[in-house]
Amino acid sequence: MAIRGGAPRRTYTWITAHAPWSAWAWRNTAFTAAAIPAALPVLLGLTCTVTAPGPGTIPPLLILLLGPLLTRLQRSRFRALLGLDVPKVEREGGRFTPRGLVRRMRSEATWRQYGYHLLVSPLAAVAGALVVLAWAFGVAAAGVYGWIWILPTETRTPGWSNDCDLITVGGVLLLLAAPWLAALFARLDAAAAAALLGPNRARELERRVEDLAESRAGVLDAADLERRRIERDLHDGAQQRLVALAMNLGIARATLPDLPAEAKAVIDEAHREAKEAIEELNSLVRGLHPAVLEDRGLDAALSGIAARAPFPVELSVDIGQRPGATVEAVAYFVVSETLANVAKHARAQHCRVGVVRGPAADGSARGGDLLRITVTDDGVGGADPARGTGLVGLRKRVGSVDGTIKIESPLGGPTVITVELPCGL
Amino acid sequence: MRAVIAEDSVLLRIGLVKVLEMAGFEVVAETGDAEGLLAAVGEHRPDLALVDVRMPPGFTDEGVRAALMIRQESPGTAVLLLSQYVEERYAADLLATQTGAGIGYLLKQRVADVEEFIDALRRVASGGTALDPQVVAQLLLRRGGGPDPLARLTPREREVLALMAEGRSNAGIAAELVVSESAVAKHINSIFAKLDLPPADGDHRRVLAVLRFLDGTP
Repeated sequence: MAIRGGAPRRTYTWITAHAPWSAWAWRNTAFTAAAIPAALPVLLGLTCTVTAPGPGTIPPLLILLLGPLLTRLQRSRFRALLGLDVPKVEREGGRFTPRGLVRRMRSEATWRQYGYHLLVSPLAAVAGALVVLAWAFGVAAAGVYGWIWILPTETRTPGWSNDCDLITVGGVLLLLAAPWLAALFARLDAAAAAALLGPNRARELERRVEDLAESRAGVLDAADLERRRIERDLHDGAQQRLVALAMNLGIARATLPDLPAEAKAVIDEAHREAKEAIEELNSLVRGLHPAVLEDRGLDAALSGIAARAPFPVELSVDIGQRPGATVEAVAYFVVSETLANVAKHARAQHCRVGVVRGPAADGSARGGDLLRITVTDDGVGGADPARGTGLVGLRKRVGSVDGTIKIESPLGGPTVITVELPCGL
Repeated sequence: MRAVIAEDSVLLRIGLVKVLEMAGFEVVAETGDAEGLLAAVGEHRPDLALVDVRMPPGFTDEGVRAALMIRQESPGTAVLLLSQYVEERYAADLLATQTGAGIGYLLKQRVADVEEFIDALRRVASGGTALDPQVVAQLLLRRGGGPDPLARLTPREREVLALMAEGRSNAGIAAELVVSESAVAKHINSIFAKLDLPPADGDHRRVLAVLRFLDGTP
């Protein structure tokens, strides 16, 4: 590890923090040493298998059963001694039903854990032993031989080494090295544990993506449901009242012919206003979600908007089996919004709307077909998503179901808008 | 003439009763759902049933389905459907059931123009047709695939066909387009010829002419 900064004060801090008596050194040492008791059952089992191959197969079986317990033990070792949380693996399979057990034994996470217990744990125990020995020899060499070295030469016991100075220096070096050795082993162990005892990152991300896709589908469905509820409320409430109002004004106009001209004008005006309000409300409510879409599907619903367009529209819908309600709603919105845009900006004489359902050309759709919507107009072109809010809204709505939108609109036309929606939602 | 009303909005129902009475009908039953309507029609055998498309419990096309049953079970009852939105599919279903009684399918807001609405009521009750211009627009919608019979019509003939589909008489069409009745008759004959409708079918050809565009198959 590099000594950062170089300022004397920081150098001093760094030395004390990594000295053999520092908390850092003890923590790593305690952690690596604790690998020995944790590995004992496994070591014992392996020894039995090697020494007595026949009945010795029983202990490894026991270890298989002990797996979850060992995992918990190792996890607590990491937490207590290193302050490191190895993330828990989302358990597959239930608790102790046979089926749950089978599923658990077949899960990849379970086997990674056994990998840790059978391979890493014995190695960690050996490493722990090395660290303990390093400390022990270090203390012995630096202590005993240092003591002998200090004493006058005459008092030395005959037969003991005379290289007291060398051994003492070696012992001190060993003492200095032991914490680093412990730190190295602890790091390796932690890395192995993160890889084998923790969750599989790729698998975890995959699951997360699945969860997100599911919850987004839920949100979309909820929004769609809400739109339908609003449509129903307006239809049963405001629309009916307005129609009743317009009708009563109409009756008044028809049954009261002898009214003063002024009153008559007021009634006429109110009557006209009411009818316009109905018209406006109708197109608003219809944009939310037409009942016929739910009832008869896209073809029927689209013929409604195609007929109301202020230019001739050629419509062809060939989708066979109906896609999901949300996809249908998005498709309806796409056509409705596009035709509104064409009417507003394109100065088109004619427009063609095609809806087909089929497999994706490049096979990229998840689990199903694509709904391909093509709207072609012979207008002036130059449609630019960067400028129009309509096209931005369209893009957002299409994106909400993982659809794609392609706009080809050279200046002078024609404009072709192609939208593809995956049906497998 | 006797009529029944099926409409789930009470407010509207009251108004409709008033309008029907203005038109000279006797309202023999009022109901708020399709079941009640079928029961009332079975009991009273009225000349006309005025039916809202969206009714409880499903609030989608109950009225249309009830109308189809009425046309099957009591062919003498004319049906006029009212809807917030008109859909050509519903109209197609209705027109496909060719019984003698009249048929109508109008936007609800047409009720506001009381005189015209009363006109439509009488026309339907006496065996005629009343289709909303919006339905007609949908019926005349160009559909992709297959030869388009509409392509053979002149713009004027299309206008005439649209008014014909709404249920107007030759005199009505002539007044609307400000032409003579004989000119209208000429256009209509030309339409029938272009759509390969033989003269033997008489008045029904007017409905058939519209129907032809539904399937695109002459």
